[in-house]
Amino acid sequence: MDSFFEIRHFSCGYPGHFVLTDIDIEIQKGDFTGIIGPNGSGKTTFFKGISCDLPAISGSIVLKGKALQLMNMKERAQNLAVVTQNIEAGSMTVEEYVLMGRFPYRKKFRFFETQEDLAIAEKYMKLTGVDRLKNKYMNALSGGEQQLAGIARALAQEPKLLLLDEPTAHLDITHQVQILNLIRRLKRELKLTVLMIIHDLNLAGEYCDTLVMMENGCVRKIGTPCEVLNYEDIEAVYKTVVVTQTNPVSGKPAVFLVSEEVST
Amino acid sequence: MRNRYWKWILFLAVLLVLFVVAVVVSLFSGEIKISLVQLEEAFCDKQSIAYTVLTKIRLPRIILSVSVGGALSLSGAILQGIYRNPLVEPYTLGISGGAALGIAIAIVSGLNAVTFLSLPLFGFAGALITLFFVYFLSIRRGGLSINSMLLIGVMISFVSSSAMMFLMSVTTTENVHSIVFWVMGSLDETNYLLIRIALYSSLGGLFLSYLFVQPLNALRLGNDKAKHLGINTDLTIRILFFLSSLLTGIAVAVAGVIGFVGLVIPHLVRLVIGNDYRILLLGSFLGGAVFLVCCDTIARTIISPNELPIGVITGIVGGLVFIIVLSRSKSRIKLN
Repeated sequence: MDSFFEIRHFSCGYPGHFVLTDIDIEIQKGDFTGIIGPNGSGKTTFFKGISCDLPAISGSIVLKGKALQLMNMKERAQNLAVVTQNIEAGSMTVEEYVLMGRFPYRKKFRFFETQEDLAIAEKYMKLTGVDRLKNKYMNALSGGEQQLAGIARALAQEPKLLLLDEPTAHLDITHQVQILNLIRRLKRELKLTVLMIIHDLNLAGEYCDTLVMMENGCVRKIGTPCEVLNYEDIEAVYKTVVVTQTNPVSGKPAVFLVSEEVST
Repeated sequence: MRNRYWKWILFLAVLLVLFVVAVVVSLFSGEIKISLVQLEEAFCDKQSIAYTVLTKIRLPRIILSVSVGGALSLSGAILQGIYRNPLVEPYTLGISGGAALGIAIAIVSGLNAVTFLSLPLFGFAGALITLFFVYFLSIRRGGLSINSMLLIGVMISFVSSSAMMFLMSVTTTENVHSIVFWVMGSLDETNYLLIRIALYSSLGGLFLSYLFVQPLNALRLGNDKAKHLGINTDLTIRILFFLSSLLTGIAVAVAGVIGFVGLVIPHLVRLVIGNDYRILLLGSFLGGAVFLVCCDTIARTIISPNELPIGVITGIVGGLVFIIVLSRSKSRIKLN
């Protein structure tokens, strides 16, 4: 059986600069996958490759049997929604912003939102909990609330695959957990497939079903958090001394840092 | 959402009332006073002076003000949208500089005596050449670099203004006078063909811009994010760049360099009604039209029987109004 989302021998990058080489990943429907790896390991390039911000040099990315590169832009936006780290929506209300997620479905000469658009935006604002903020301006929101609005907008695109770039960066633990719990709920309730870049190894281990560890533009290891988050691989990739243990409540791996004085 | 649409309708209604008032006031002010009795006469007798003044002199001028004001303000709104930069106006891209250089060449070479159309033609040609320069110089590896487009436009305007100064320094005083007069802008155009071209192209531009109103709205999020929403931003930016440059080129060729309309009016409209391009484009067009009709009325009555260059009035009135509004309002200028 063909898998839901396949990345085959994918290479991309900037001309003459850093290049991502021969990435080969398969993701099942409803999987919550985290991409981890140190700064400069190619996570962001990979992200841009999937969202088609960067052209592929070789290989293909296939979603439900159709290559992303071959879809037209509207079709792609109906299948793949992207939430970036900085939202920068400025002086528009949350509702206006979330309604922008309906653009891929809007007919050419339709200037106004349909009842359906409004209902869908309302639904996802409720689901993400930003409906109480809907008349506030985006730039008046906190970082966590902006991310939630970003997710609501992405959901309004009704995508098959959700792509997130470090949704928990710069957030306190309340918001980190709130956002990741929400993503788990989306996976459960909407059967949404999620691919996320994440820096925090503990959060990655706690929430993701599958982890992809990247190193120098290649995939070093793919597997469950228990398989990937072991001290040998982490120390080799991050060049940092760590200790891994199991979270006594969830049974997921936890990573502890060891400072220089203690380790020597 | 519903509330917002009512706000838009109210805003348009107010603008339309202002528009009608401005047009009526402009029709009835000027050197020749027209009383109500004469107005009645004018409607009955097509040979009367009142009728001639109204339809042959003032109405064409108002139509031209509406077209030029609307076109410049619309281009300003569009360009600020595609460049995501609040300081961009139609003249930033060097279009006016190119047009002015074209006009200067026509005047210095004496070609302006050949036909009454040679000045507008040269102006338009100058604008077109600049437009292509800016466009092709800023294409990099198939993509369009927005920032280099902006910089190249600014540089081209410096180059052409220097070239114009060179021409002015080597030519006769008379020629210098006509170049300066043209550069300051004037709506005193009596050729119906040109007025008609200006009117149709600005209305056409308004219509075409509405086909791209959704992409413009998506661009408020930035180029990449608009692409993620399925918007072909490269194509949008290209088409809108050409559209607004052509509108500016036509406006400059017919009426000279009338500054400030394209910068100030879109910002004022943004402050009042927000940044949704569905209302902003039409609002800017109407606002620009009202503004220029008012400025032209002032320009031709304030030192009557003489006339001030329209650019002087738009600069002073527009600049002052803008500074006052901006310093009083709590909101800052925002684009997205």
